[in-house]
Amino acid sequence: MVDSQMVLNGQTIAYTFYAIAIILLMIWFGLRVTKTGKDSRVKPALFYSFVGFLVVLGVSLHIITYNTIPWASMDLNRADIKPDKVFNISVENHKFYLPSEKLIINTNDKVLFDVTSKDLTYGFGLFRNDNSMLFQMQVVPGHRNDVMWKFDKPGIYTIRSTEYSGPKGAYMILKDVVEVLDNKK
Amino acid sequence: MNFKDTFLNGEQGLFKPAGLTPIQKLVLRFVVVGLIYYGFAVIEGMIMRIYQIEPISAIPDYQYFAILTAHPLVGIFGSTYSIVFGAFLFLVPFLMKKPLWSYKLGNWTFLLIAIGTFTFWFAGFLSHYAPLYTLYWPLPADFAQFSPLGGTFFVLGIALVMLGTVFFVINIFKTITYTPEGWEKQPVGALLGSALGLSGLKNLFRKKENRKEHLVSLPVAAIARGTVDTALNASIILFTGVLILIYLIGHLLGFDLKSTAIDALLYKNWFWWGLDLIADGLVLIFVAGTWYLLATLITGKNLFMQNIARAALLVELVVSWTVWSHHLLSDQAQPGILKVLSGEMVTAFELITQGLAFFITLATLWSARPLKMSNELKFLLGGLLGFGLAVPAGIMQADIGLNRILHNTQWVVGPHVHVAILVGLTMTLYSAIYILFPIVTNGAKLYSQKLANLHFWAHLIGGIGMGAFMGMAGLKGMLRRSIYFNGEFNIYMVLAGLCGALLLIAFLSFFINIVMSVGLKGVIGIFTPSKIDSKELLPAETK
Repeated sequence: MVDSQMVLNGQTIAYTFYAIAIILLMIWFGLRVTKTGKDSRVKPALFYSFVGFLVVLGVSLHIITYNTIPWASMDLNRADIKPDKVFNISVENHKFYLPSEKLIINTNDKVLFDVTSKDLTYGFGLFRNDNSMLFQMQVVPGHRNDVMWKFDKPGIYTIRSTEYSGPKGAYMILKDVVEVLDNKK
Repeated sequence: MNFKDTFLNGEQGLFKPAGLTPIQKLVLRFVVVGLIYYGFAVIEGMIMRIYQIEPISAIPDYQYFAILTAHPLVGIFGSTYSIVFGAFLFLVPFLMKKPLWSYKLGNWTFLLIAIGTFTFWFAGFLSHYAPLYTLYWPLPADFAQFSPLGGTFFVLGIALVMLGTVFFVINIFKTITYTPEGWEKQPVGALLGSALGLSGLKNLFRKKENRKEHLVSLPVAAIARGTVDTALNASIILFTGVLILIYLIGHLLGFDLKSTAIDALLYKNWFWWGLDLIADGLVLIFVAGTWYLLATLITGKNLFMQNIARAALLVELVVSWTVWSHHLLSDQAQPGILKVLSGEMVTAFELITQGLAFFITLATLWSARPLKMSNELKFLLGGLLGFGLAVPAGIMQADIGLNRILHNTQWVVGPHVHVAILVGLTMTLYSAIYILFPIVTNGAKLYSQKLANLHFWAHLIGGIGMGAFMGMAGLKGMLRRSIYFNGEFNIYMVLAGLCGALLLIAFLSFFINIVMSVGLKGVIGIFTPSKIDSKELLPAETK
């Protein structure tokens, strides 16, 4: 499965290019709008082309991500996918309760994290050692909160609450409790 | 004039508060209070920026989160609502060439928003009430972490603001539809239909020669449609506030109500539906309407593609009612169909509606080349750029795949929220203030163009820079609404802090410029009663 870091890198590049382009466009516009020009009328054809471009862009963005980000389709269809491993985790009084001290996973396993809150709304996220996020979900009391993930390479991850649940929420960190082992070894 | 004289009497002594009409004074009061609350939000923002670099030992975590709770509410209700409501209570009668329906009600709106904001801010400051604006159930009823007494006063303050908002809504629609004394009977239904876009919609299905003229101008139509969302939002927040109050008061009286009586996911849906009426409805519609107004005022020309612009505003209104699910893309119990349809597809429509407003405004400006790079024009371009950056950032996170790795990170609150509000919305409002300043002050002169230039550049660079560095930290995994104790994202936070300092400099330069323009006596004079009839919008000699 494509690593979420790769998706983030792609997004960073795409948005950076876009941001530079729109800033340059506005600078150009600001300079030109103060000067006399030959024809100041904007043709309706340009307007309708722009509208068409926005429609195509708006619709295609989600189609592209659905087909290129592997966890998107897995997320929507997770009820029909049999996981290789299930971890039932509960949260109460600003503490995560894991089924074992460490969650051991093999690479390429499809793992379902099923998290239940017994009091407040929390978040559940896995983070790499450099603090970057692998994935996250909300943990809402009274509902099933499950996320499926396929780990394609070995690593050690930290669990952290990703939703504000009062000042104590910032301390809901379980360092290095998820360990992904290389299946080939 | 020397500095002292200018400080006391304003630039060249041109500002004469005694000559202002009650409505002009009301608008200026709204603006002054709005700017003071903006100052609150900027200072709170700077405290938090420093805290993100290195947690300040003098500020415990619960106080930090109390600041984080008050910050957006003071910014949105205390500042933005004040400035927007003040401007629109003047602009609707100004554009419709009729008196405001009720000056008294306008004054009540001003008082309730000013007092309500101070009440919830002060309650949060004293009691450290900090459930954040999201108020996720059953968090507000978590009395182990939050003071029920502080919460009661906090909610009371919010309720006062909402009551003021309801009065604003009534005043706007009554002003559009009522018949002033001595006028011919006004067609209430037709005016309302035009304001809400129904007549424009019918026109789309009529032959060209049978199309009816619009009874209200496009900016008034935009204000009316944004006001619909304002009304819906006020009712949602009032209802939610009452719900929370029941729990708070119940606890104070000694009996705890069962928090599970309210479904947490249903509550989140309800709350986000209401909140998005501000974020995706009111802001985008009001902003588009203000862009159109500013573009026509700056150029003196008709708006490019007016009919499409009207239709787009109506589409945006409907879109704003159906986009809330993009806030719940990481809620696994949320039905998939809602995630895809509301969260992704309808939300993507905002790219189209806001893109149209962006294009139409630029095309209108372009049609009047060459334009002078006035303060109102440069701030309008800044506002356009802000939304040009922030809307696509929002569309990206409103995607099932990307949301899994972006939700609740600094990306959401940086390139999207802060760039939209600080650069997009605030610079648009500054443009409106610069263009309305001579009108509502009867020709007062700006004290310093250099300060206005500093205001522009410091705000633009500070706002975009802060959003960008927050976004970079978000892409590296930094969460919002959390604390990092070991300098994990220090490089980005130091740079974001420097940009935040630029925003503070921008605000101070603007504040000083305005105070020096009208003078201290002028500022005080704004708050004294006017002797002119409240039905008069402008003094007779300036008409």
